[in-house]
Amino acid sequence: MMESPTTPVRTPTAEMRPKIAVINLWKSFQGKEVLRGINLDIHPGESLVIVGGSGAGKSVFLKHLIGLIQPDRGHVIVDGEDLACADTGVCLAIRRKFGMSFQEGALFDSMNVFDNIAFPLRRHTRMSPGDVAARVRECLALVHLDGVEHKWVNELSGGMRRRVGFARAIALAPEILLFDEPNTGLDPITAAAIDRVIVEMRDNLPVTMVTITHDMKSAQRIADRIAMLRAGQILAVAPPDEFVRLSDRYIQSFLAGEPYPDNHEEVA
Amino acid sequence: MSAPASRRRPIAALEWLGERSTHAFEEIGRFFTMLYLTLYWAVRPPFDLRQWVRQMVRVGVDSIPVVGLTAMFTGMVMALQTYRGFERFHAESFVASVVSLSLTRELAPVLAALMIAGRIGSSLAAELGTMRVTEQIDALQAMAVEPVQYLVVPRVAATTLMLPPLVALADGIGIAGGFGVAVGLMDANPVVYWEKTFQFLDLNDVFSGLIKAAVFGLILSVTGCSKGFHTTGGAEGVGRSTTAAVVMASLVILLSDFFLTKILF
Repeated sequence: MMESPTTPVRTPTAEMRPKIAVINLWKSFQGKEVLRGINLDIHPGESLVIVGGSGAGKSVFLKHLIGLIQPDRGHVIVDGEDLACADTGVCLAIRRKFGMSFQEGALFDSMNVFDNIAFPLRRHTRMSPGDVAARVRECLALVHLDGVEHKWVNELSGGMRRRVGFARAIALAPEILLFDEPNTGLDPITAAAIDRVIVEMRDNLPVTMVTITHDMKSAQRIADRIAMLRAGQILAVAPPDEFVRLSDRYIQSFLAGEPYPDNHEEVA
Repeated sequence: MSAPASRRRPIAALEWLGERSTHAFEEIGRFFTMLYLTLYWAVRPPFDLRQWVRQMVRVGVDSIPVVGLTAMFTGMVMALQTYRGFERFHAESFVASVVSLSLTRELAPVLAALMIAGRIGSSLAAELGTMRVTEQIDALQAMAVEPVQYLVVPRVAATTLMLPPLVALADGIGIAGGFGVAVGLMDANPVVYWEKTFQFLDLNDVFSGLIKAAVFGLILSVTGCSKGFHTTGGAEGVGRSTTAAVVMASLVILLSDFFLTKILF
């Protein structure tokens, strides 16, 4: 694995305990190995972007970080606690440290925008209705959405859904934010606007961020470090400016958007 | 060299049998796992009373027309059939007793449960299946909300609690339907018919029907939720889960009806 020798501004020091430590993570589905021994440290306060082709195991990896999928082997350690060993209560407590934004938003379609964002607040806090409303407005302002509180999910555009998903993810002021393909399927202008919101959150909120995407432009905009996942393994991790200079042929093909001769990933 | 076709055929049949058996055991396992998780989370806070009430209205109040109509026409047909049959050996006076006993002990619980399996079991599977394929269930988990507790417990509790009152209502409407046909069409004496309705009917008949109803409610709701919860494969998968939920719940209701009848009577 290639690691940057230089330390950018937001990349923490080596002595710092990782916020999330992924140790030898293996996962297979119906005999097909999707993750093959991933080792990765995610440091407090950094924005790590995981890139990779379709079927490389990005989404599966992200879901392991929050315990939505249990590994066949290996560990995910969050603030020193192993998600796989934690009992249900501890697991729920660890999950409260996370906010996750899903690919299509995964908003509850039986609720309007306001209730979607208020949902975790009502569920996990004893905030008064007034405070909930204020927090919902604050979260919507952070993602540059105003006046959509009473809209239903099916009345929102793709970009708006993602941003409402972001607002819901940050409602409980989580320590870790996970983004699953935040701008897939969006036009370049909307995708750039989504990236801008993520960068603002990165700069203004005290969070550790993990984003998965296959869009290199987006990765360069929002990442402190970029990790390349290929065939269930981490191929390289480096800050954006160094990542683009890595000599690995697969990475260069990925950056240039050219076909790679031995690409067998697109099966999942 | 590959085996000749005549030798491959039994192996393929065994493979098919093995696959089907594994699938059946998987389904049974999922049902009981879902039942266990539902009971586990049902007694743990937070208790979302608003959800419980919403689901009870959806299962109970909204199902009154369909259950009522089913019970009424079943009672009417029962009276019509038994009257014509009993007429042959001059036993018309027993029509009322037959109608009331068969409705309370058997027909109202089973038919109401089958109607609710079609109406609610399918919608539970479709609703939870859609939430699964659109990652809404994952989103709940990501927000540290246990989806079985939030989604399944209120639905199972509502169906289990609302089936007995619905069946009690069906008993009444069915008996009234039988009375209407016997008195209105068959010229039965209303006073005698009314007396005979309750002459052989005791509370045990009614209660055992209500117990059956609660068990059927539990079965059909857990089946619907389990099928929805384990949906894969997008919109097509949701369709498959919905169909499978109704078919499986109906079969298990009929199967368990036999054993419950054996135990209760």
